[in-house]
Amino acid sequence: MRITTVLSAVLLALGPAAAPAAADSSPSPSASDGSSAPTSAGTSFRTATEIEQGQQATASGSTGDYLYWSFPADAGQRPTVKATVKLPDTHAGQTWQIDVYDGLRRRQACQYGAQTRTAAQGTAAVDLACTLRTVRAWSEPWADDPLPGTYYIRLTVLNLTTADLGQPVHASVRADSKDIGGSAAVDGSLAKPLVPGIAVASKSEEGDGGSSKAAVLSSIEPTDGWASGWWSDRWVWTAIGGVLAALAGVGGYALTRGSGRPSRVPPGA
Amino acid sequence: MCALLAALASGIAFPAAATAGEPTGEATAKVDLVLDVSGSMRTRDIDGGTRMAAAKQAFNEVLDATPAEVQLGIRTLGANYPGNDRQTGCKDTAQLYPVSALDRTGAKTAVATLSPTGWTPIGPALLKAAGDLRGGEGSKRIVLITDGEDTCAPLDPCEVAREIAARGIGMTIDTLGLVPDTKLNKQLSCIAEATGGTYTSVEHTGELTDKVNQLVDRAADPVVTPVATEGTAQCTDAPALKSGLYTDREESGQQRFYRVDVKPGQELRSSVSVAADRAVNPDYGVLLRAVTTQGREIVRGEATGNGRTDVISTGLRYPKAESDSDDAPPEGVPPAETVCLQVTNSFSAASGVKTTPGLPLELTVDVVSSPSHSGDVASFGLGRGWWLLGVLVLVGFLAGLIWGWLSRWRVAVWRTN
Repeated sequence: MRITTVLSAVLLALGPAAAPAAADSSPSPSASDGSSAPTSAGTSFRTATEIEQGQQATASGSTGDYLYWSFPADAGQRPTVKATVKLPDTHAGQTWQIDVYDGLRRRQACQYGAQTRTAAQGTAAVDLACTLRTVRAWSEPWADDPLPGTYYIRLTVLNLTTADLGQPVHASVRADSKDIGGSAAVDGSLAKPLVPGIAVASKSEEGDGGSSKAAVLSSIEPTDGWASGWWSDRWVWTAIGGVLAALAGVGGYALTRGSGRPSRVPPGA
Repeated sequence: MCALLAALASGIAFPAAATAGEPTGEATAKVDLVLDVSGSMRTRDIDGGTRMAAAKQAFNEVLDATPAEVQLGIRTLGANYPGNDRQTGCKDTAQLYPVSALDRTGAKTAVATLSPTGWTPIGPALLKAAGDLRGGEGSKRIVLITDGEDTCAPLDPCEVAREIAARGIGMTIDTLGLVPDTKLNKQLSCIAEATGGTYTSVEHTGELTDKVNQLVDRAADPVVTPVATEGTAQCTDAPALKSGLYTDREESGQQRFYRVDVKPGQELRSSVSVAADRAVNPDYGVLLRAVTTQGREIVRGEATGNGRTDVISTGLRYPKAESDSDDAPPEGVPPAETVCLQVTNSFSAASGVKTTPGLPLELTVDVVSSPSHSGDVASFGLGRGWWLLGVLVLVGFLAGLIWGWLSRWRVAVWRTN
């Protein structure tokens, strides 16, 4: 009886300590609307402008351009990409589209959001959005699930009249993500995030002590680094489950013993 | 636990891949501004001044803003021959300022001397401009500023652009049109698309300055220069690639093979983009397969598309498991597996469009340390949610109950004995 009392006391003390961590385990991306937001866009995967999540990147381009940005997304995040294109004063009907590609340049499906939208003649702006699937820490090589790493955004017009070619447009994009948390925590992890050129980059880092402005395909990294992949709120759930089970066990045990000391036992025995 | 170990290991183990495609330090960006000085530049329709005046003003501002790391040159077309002889007029292109470290005053003086004169030989000017930019490792950009379409017909500037792109690595042509005209739009955007550049129609001096500045700045951004390679029709004689970025050309219906060595415990990551640098039919696709030397497919990446596009791309991952200790050779260096990467595309050129040179193909190869494989669907096999708590509480309660009864029964049995 002594032992179970002590045990339950310890578990009770541990319980509340573990509980607050359950609220939100992984850090959500910090929205940093800094002044350093990029004001240009790349024109290919190779030249894509790197942006942070939560940054409002802008770019001026021409109708018909293919504008590229890239942003990092980590396991457990469900990124949403939003784009607004300000169109010239006069134009015919145009269809705009955003596509999101992962670090292997595989097109990623949008769960929802207006990925493609047609701007009627003379419309001032068009808004696009794309919500990706939740980024998993690991998936089989034969699947095309979103994995941690670089994500490319491509913004372009799909159909336009020849007269509209080359007209100035102004685009702004922003990538945010919702933290899905432990429900998306899968087992396994990538040894390196899906960042293109990472094999070359780490090699040169090793070699010549980081020679200042060497170009890399993608030098992207979340502000607080890539998640190591071992933490999820599943630890907390499971631990609390263990504590509750132990308490329930103590309760069940106590039920069978009745209440108080047996009447036969004399006091002070 | 496996994942944790893998995470730790990844910090230490760097891939032993070599460094093809690694940029060299002294790559300087080169930009050649190609300015149309044909007779039509005299027309007064940009902000009340002539097109020439607008171009000159824009050039002055651009020269002031050019970053120091960019080598800038200026080439003119139609600046010298005022006559009517088409033969001579169509050869009229000259280097006004050589592509070199910029002397701002010298360049400005040279620009000031220009006056609108002759024909519009865009094709020949582009060829010469490509020659101006020859050599060096950095990115190369031609910025073509013109107010009229090419007047030297049989040589299609679009095809010239395509050939330039096929010849030089990382050469981009951006075009700026000074007149909102459908035919000019078409030709200039065709030139731009042939090299992955952009086309902008300009109607104000300010726009012109901003755009040229933007393009020069874009050239100054360091980018990885791809390494030219040539894939083969079979895997046996395919070029062996290490981690890096490569380009090649592939005609529709061709297949290209490349070989990559992957050691046990490494992961091959590869992606391929095939660019549509000419008018293509609206349905297309690309297939990247990793096959063994015996021809068995390991994994594939495929993509199809429809409609207007610049590239179609796909990728694959192939983690090679650590070899079992039993069959590892005694010297301790497990042999690398040769993986053949096969690229095919299903682009079809629109009718009347030449199919050679092939479409530009960009291939990235990364060989990194391999991930742990997953032992469970959930992270470390841990549970989550109210059902889990409910089950645990129930089982705990029942276990307590049974334990209690058992011990009562045991005590009772002991007492009676």
